Amino acid sequence: MIEICIYGRGGQGAVTLAELVAHAAISEGKHAQSMPSFGPERRGAPVLAFLRVSETERIKIRAEVTEPDVLIVLDPGLLQVGDVVSRLKKDGTAVINTMKSHDEMKSELSVNKLATVDAMSIARAVLGLPIVNTTMLGAMIKATGIVKLESLEAPLEERFGKVATKNIEAMKEAYAGAVVS
Amino acid sequence: MTKGKIVGLEGSFAVAEAVRMANTDVIAAYPITPQTHIVERLSEMVADGDLDADFICVESEHSAMSACVGASAAGARVFTCSAGQGLELMHEVLYIPSSMRLPVVAVAANRALSAPLSVWCDHSDVMALRDISWIQMFAENNQQAFDLTTCAYRIAEDKDVLFPTMVHIDGFYLSHVIEDMVLPEEEEVAGFIPDYEHPFVLDPDKPVSMGCYGPPFIYPETKKAQEVAFDNTRSKIQAIWDEFGEIFGRHYSPVESYKMDGARIALLTMGSCSETAMLAVDELREAGVDVGLIRLRLWRPFPFNELREAVKELDLLVVLDRAISFGMGGPVCSELKSALYNKREELKIVGFIGGLGGRDIQISEFKYMVTQAQEKVKAIERGEEVETEIIGVREGGGR
Amino acid sequence: MGGEGLGWKDLEIGFVVTEPGNASSYKTGDWRSERPIRENERCIKCGLCYIYCPEACIHEDEEGYFEADLYYCKGCGICAHECPRSVISMVEEKEE
Ligand code: SF4
Ligand code: SF4
Repeated sequence: MIEICIYGRGGQGAVTLAELVAHAAISEGKHAQSMPSFGPERRGAPVLAFLRVSETERIKIRAEVTEPDVLIVLDPGLLQVGDVVSRLKKDGTAVINTMKSHDEMKSELSVNKLATVDAMSIARAVLGLPIVNTTMLGAMIKATGIVKLESLEAPLEERFGKVATKNIEAMKEAYAGAVVS
Repeated sequence: MTKGKIVGLEGSFAVAEAVRMANTDVIAAYPITPQTHIVERLSEMVADGDLDADFICVESEHSAMSACVGASAAGARVFTCSAGQGLELMHEVLYIPSSMRLPVVAVAANRALSAPLSVWCDHSDVMALRDISWIQMFAENNQQAFDLTTCAYRIAEDKDVLFPTMVHIDGFYLSHVIEDMVLPEEEEVAGFIPDYEHPFVLDPDKPVSMGCYGPPFIYPETKKAQEVAFDNTRSKIQAIWDEFGEIFGRHYSPVESYKMDGARIALLTMGSCSETAMLAVDELREAGVDVGLIRLRLWRPFPFNELREAVKELDLLVVLDRAISFGMGGPVCSELKSALYNKREELKIVGFIGGLGGRDIQISEFKYMVTQAQEKVKAIERGEEVETEIIGVREGGGR
Repeated sequence: MGGEGLGWKDLEIGFVVTEPGNASSYKTGDWRSERPIRENERCIKCGLCYIYCPEACIHEDEEGYFEADLYYCKGCGICAHECPRSVISMVEEKEE
């Protein structure tokens, strides 16, 4: 089982990201569970969502993820808020939306595996909106291979209807552009 | 056994699917966190023509249940849902369909009660509903949320039951979680819940009086009749769950156990934390502790016999309450003690309170409970007073 | 009133009463401490007393005047209060 924490701000779609990947994983015959860090939604406030994906065994635990294998950060400003990185497992992977260079980020964070992408620029260019969750899907999949890129197309279409195409495009662009090491 | 298809569904949507497949006639509900997604999904279904029901937009939960009573009295299949403060506002009316034997089906997305304001999960709202004479049961995951809601219609409407039935799903932990589950074929569900006929409905051609005045000369007789009928629902509930199990392959009972073979200690839980508790039992078993898990599926009518059977071999029962009965301790724990009183003198029961107002319950908390309970037993044997502990509560006092 | 001797096994499900309108067997006339009496010469047959009576126990006679059924009349005096012509007055019930 892989456990993932997604940090974002209200309105950035952290919960939606977790849900989309859960749907994609389930469509691949895997077990998955998406769980918001519960509370009333407020735009801009730090938001945390959890995601678990398991190849074979049913997921029984219904509690927050405390030591994630993967950390997704939708807003680089959140790296300054609280202990976002410290709970990541030693052999874990961090996927971060940043305008900084990969090397600069690598030197700032002591993580086993790091994926960086300038998701904000991609989202603005492709979607015309500063909402990075679907873009970050690309980077996340490149770094973790947790589901196939194609598996997200149906959930994205279900969720976004007409604008799904652009979201898929943004996701693919981030998949191509993300640097992982 | 049935096929169905595997889907990823939020707990709230799983409930809405069950309500749709049951071909519900009337829905009257008022949105409140964390039940909101159920109402939203149902109103969408009705608006899109996927569910041919009357959706009554009421101005409060009190009105919601009042509308349900009226619709049910007219013979309609009726659904509502609420949570926390909403259930409290509904409270006055909740006694009416049960006393009038109207088979309203409801789902509660369990939530803490104010003050302080909390939208998060616990069982304070459930515990305030103990005496409403509704059949009440707990779901542990989204699959069960669907299955038990489906069964709730059959149970409530059975001619030997005719009591309103409520399924408890933990707020957020089920209502807002998406996970994989099997969604059965629609026709199969429809076949399982045939149309029903209440012996008495509001019908101008066959007039009857419902909800009459009950002066002292008759009121106790009405309550005795209600209590006997409510007690007698137990065998029907099991029979309907058995029938469901045969068709859909998932079996339910009033008290369910996990790894109880040879167990001397058992944890007891209700609701969404039960599967987390199973993982704790796995780890403890691995470490050589003879521990199992008992889950109360049916909360009302209380499953006395099944519970007594489940604890037969135990030395220690460790109970998790997600609510406080102020001045009395954990409400489930005190009910268990009363249910087991005089039955097994040597059984020790130790209660904990946890998960209040959405405080997370991890595997480690269950392991802590088991270890700590054994210490408390020693203290009890030394004749010391043992308080009900609220797990993880901070002491402070250093200011 | 009826029903005093019923046991719990005799009740219909949900305490439904299958004989509609059986409240008419309930005598409210013995609640009365005052009874309405009429001086019909002043009556204009407007029917207000008939409408206002909470027991619905006032009926119209062949000549179009109104009269209370004392089996039900509980002596509330509403008819007397509402009558625009002061036809009705309430008098104390005598001991029998
Ligand atoms: S006194 Fe009251 S009950 Fe009697 S006839 Fe007049 S209005 Fe009716
Ligand atoms: S209210 Fe007075 S005037 Fe009118 S019908 Fe009755 S008794 Fe006659």
